[in-house]
Amino acid sequence: MRELFESTIERLLGDLSTTECIRSAESGGWAGGVWEALEENGFTLASVSEDNGGVGAGWGDLFVVARAAGRHMAPVPLVEMLLANWLLELAGLKAKAGVLTVAPEGMLERTGNLISGDLRQVPWGRHSHAVVALLREGERSSVVLLRTADASAVTKSNNVAGEPRDKLTFTSVSPLEVGELPDGVGNSSLQLGGAMLRSAQMAGAMSKAMELSSNYAAERKQFGRPIAKFQAIQQQLAIMAEQTAAANVASESACSASDSHLNAFRIAAAKIATSDGASEAARIAHSVHGAIGFTQEYELQLLTRRLWSWRGEFGSSTFWSKVLGEHICASGSRNFWAAITHSHLQELKLSR
Amino acid sequence: MSISQFRQSSIPQEAELLRSEVQSFLKSELTDYPLSDRAHSWMGFDAEFSRKLGAKGWLGMSLPIQYGGAEASPFARYVVIEELLAAGAPVSAHWIADRQSGPLIQRFGTTEQKEKFLPSICKGESFFCIGMSEPDSGSDLASIKTNAKRTDNGWVLNGQKVWTTNAHLSHYMIALVRTGDREETGRHGGMSQFIIDLSLPGVTVRAIPDLTGGEHFNEVFFDNVALEKDALIGEEGAGWQQVTAELAFERSGPERFLSSIALVYAALDVIGTNPDALQARDVGRITARLLTLRDMSLSVTQQLSDGENPAWAASCVKDLGNAFEQEIPEMLQLLIEQQPQIDGGSEYSRVLAYLTQMAPSFSLRGGTREILRGIIARGLGLR
Repeated sequence: MRELFESTIERLLGDLSTTECIRSAESGGWAGGVWEALEENGFTLASVSEDNGGVGAGWGDLFVVARAAGRHMAPVPLVEMLLANWLLELAGLKAKAGVLTVAPEGMLERTGNLISGDLRQVPWGRHSHAVVALLREGERSSVVLLRTADASAVTKSNNVAGEPRDKLTFTSVSPLEVGELPDGVGNSSLQLGGAMLRSAQMAGAMSKAMELSSNYAAERKQFGRPIAKFQAIQQQLAIMAEQTAAANVASESACSASDSHLNAFRIAAAKIATSDGASEAARIAHSVHGAIGFTQEYELQLLTRRLWSWRGEFGSSTFWSKVLGEHICASGSRNFWAAITHSHLQELKLSR
Repeated sequence: MSISQFRQSSIPQEAELLRSEVQSFLKSELTDYPLSDRAHSWMGFDAEFSRKLGAKGWLGMSLPIQYGGAEASPFARYVVIEELLAAGAPVSAHWIADRQSGPLIQRFGTTEQKEKFLPSICKGESFFCIGMSEPDSGSDLASIKTNAKRTDNGWVLNGQKVWTTNAHLSHYMIALVRTGDREETGRHGGMSQFIIDLSLPGVTVRAIPDLTGGEHFNEVFFDNVALEKDALIGEEGAGWQQVTAELAFERSGPERFLSSIALVYAALDVIGTNPDALQARDVGRITARLLTLRDMSLSVTQQLSDGENPAWAASCVKDLGNAFEQEIPEMLQLLIEQQPQIDGGSEYSRVLAYLTQMAPSFSLRGGTREILRGIIARGLGLR
């Protein structure tokens, strides 16, 4: 399934998620053409089972979809949609068509059957039909689906890359759906899923930035030869390649380990590796490109501004390092090596 | 060559089964082996320990059964060596023989050479070192001058090797030497590999103490050393290609990122179960990087297993891995207020002192940072 996904999504986004399309989305437009093509090809429902109208793909297969979304900077909430529907299914609810997104931050309260609260940093909130958020009540967590049109206020906000990250305010609204998460699934599943998918997106964007940088170095001539011939440039691009390879491996491992349930230990490691690597890759890409890379016209900035956004979303490298480090320290030195070789068995707790 | 070479891979179940057996063996063998000795990692020498590993069947595992090997998959060996390294077991005596001399002889040797060398490698009875660097040839390895000339009975060897780890404790050296004229054969031609018996007349080994006072590396002089015909391994003039083929084995293994793991254990003991925010953050970062490096290393192992030549990917693993194992003492000395001490003090202080001093060598041995990055750049099509 993975090969089919990869060839289809690469072709689809390669054709439609053009720099013109991305720039237009940054100016406030909705990339409806990209979204419709994703819907037609089944990608928006790919994360749910066949019974639920999807194709039953696991995160290991969907890794290539998220990576392609990052590589092509798809200006639509594709990974958010995959996560939203996956969460609905996890809570025993029906998957939905349309444009769904998720709420990374914010608090909801329930009074009777009515929901109130602010949801922040909602990707493409203003363009979505509904948003999936978590409702925490004591030890229980529920998945709540809220109609965006029911929001009493939509406060527009954009990340560094000009991607919508809106605040949605709900005041005593009836949710479209509410479903309790099963026992054993932490109330961190939304953040974990988001961190996993942003890691894959960063790996894709880093790969693309790597190609741009090595191609540019081969074309740009100074002192009578391509700057790629200078060791100072070669050494920098080598470091960028290492970081890009590490990001790809770490994010793929996190996705593959999360087919049966989100593997928090692996996801934390992937978000750390890709976020740190993204910073390094963006730094080197700009260094190698010189002034042209700093212009609005040239493509590089579309990638690096996304890397600067995504590295912090759903938890920065420091956030996840502290979570991971606390777990490792609590387990003691005797269990350190086993945590590395048996990472799939590690139970990492986020909520303290 | 591209980043997509790094396909995800994991250790197959049948290889994974070995792990607990290796762990219980190490538990009983290394009961009283202190952390400050474990910190020596693959520089710790214990011939008796190597023989015990041989008796368990854990040396030369990939080699044919008829020569004492197990025809095991690269992943089976991976499980064994990563457990040895994680435990800080003294593996230096057999390390080179197991990692590359055995596979080299298996790949390029004659039947007679295989019969002669492989069984004792598998038993942990013959130890090898690698003769590459010379006084005027380090990173520019193709400029070596040590030479072997044909005689009626074989070869006569003259020249000098340097920085040869364990030459003083090894039985054999596999050396890259010049057998043809550089002017005639081109930059990478005219070189051949020889298996040199270090007990032969005309071989002199002199230790060069390192900055910790340890004696690991040596200079080795060859003064009209008479070699038999069969000292040549592989094809005459193909030495460069043979050496290059070894590099992926040499550069992608867990020894390229686990050299400082003893300090992580010591630090975790000092930090305890309730870390402060800075300690938690740095321990988390170390863990994430280690997991990622191991995944990358396993990916290269898969490529080796599939018969590919992952020299490019192996260079990525080594460069990133060396940076990691070098940063560990640097990060931890900023995290824990205990001074490094070469003696006295806590175990943490002693391990920190040792690894702080050893760390510079991690990115020198097996190819320098600059050379590796040059290889990576070539793979990217920049050179």
